[in-house]
Amino acid sequence: MTQAWAVVVLVGVGTVAIKSLGPVLLGGRPLPARVSSLTALLAPALLAALVATNTLGNGEALTVDARALGVAVAAVAIWRRAPVLLVIVLAAGTTALVRALGA
Amino acid sequence: MSDPERSHRDGVRAVAPLAIAVLGFGASFGVLARAAGMGVVSPIVMSATTFAGSAQFAAASILGAGGGIASAVTAALLLNARYGPIGVSVAPYLHGSLWSRFIHAQLTVDETWAVAAEGEGRFNPKVLLGAGVTLYLAWVGGTVLGVAFGDLIGDPATWGLDAAFPALFLALLVPQLRTRDARLAALIGAAIALVLTPFTPAGVPIIAASAGCLVGLRRGRDPAAEEASG
Repeated sequence: MTQAWAVVVLVGVGTVAIKSLGPVLLGGRPLPARVSSLTALLAPALLAALVATNTLGNGEALTVDARALGVAVAAVAIWRRAPVLLVIVLAAGTTALVRALGA
Repeated sequence: MSDPERSHRDGVRAVAPLAIAVLGFGASFGVLARAAGMGVVSPIVMSATTFAGSAQFAAASILGAGGGIASAVTAALLLNARYGPIGVSVAPYLHGSLWSRFIHAQLTVDETWAVAAEGEGRFNPKVLLGAGVTLYLAWVGGTVLGVAFGDLIGDPATWGLDAAFPALFLALLVPQLRTRDARLAALIGAAIALVLTPFTPAGVPIIAASAGCLVGLRRGRDPAAEEASG
């Protein structure tokens, strides 16, 4: 129990500090052009990495499982300009179906 | 400037489809944390203060496996290190008081940051706040349900809810790919993350993927051509 509380406090304080760093120290001021031309590309770089690791990674290794098919169906739905809600439902539904079928 | 037409309600609407998945994963965090010996109160306090799913899962599972405080804390903070650069990218759009900026910062997580992005590096603070409060309530509420009634809920993976996150990120990524630099940054980011996944602790691949944005430093870029392609 005390071990759990130590982790809760240390991770909580650390995370709050990391999240606060930019907004509290720099907040409201425009970034230098050189920096903002980089942060403009942070969204595509990090989003693509999140898609890749959440689709093909399990935290330790690369793996192709039911999620890959779910995200592939989502990709088709996005390409056909489906609303985001439908994209998410299709991804989860396909993944659940594949798992239910034991594939 | 961020789009003045979009409000807090747009943020709520943008993440509403995901709130169910977040609720489910909050509940499964509650279940896992209890099973890991964290008790009833500390998992809820952790969700309310840390508010970062992957880091909390990592910390609880390391504790459950008898991994010790140092490795649980290190893993969780590595996973959250990406919020350093993410915070810097949002900072110019947060004009409020210190307290308001602090609150916006705590509510800036992958999903809320992604829905608040308006392309070309712009962020909408109202959308961020609306989405942030929605997902915060779902996450903390889910954790409470999980520690209280965990056994009734089952594994969210059965419902395919783990695929909801990459699907949302993909849906938010596509409109960001209008310029050649953005497409290149995305390709490099994904490649770095995948290549590092088998060799580094979780969290490192995503941090390293930020390097994809360094394509913005390329020499000899022609801004006019960039506009034309965008």
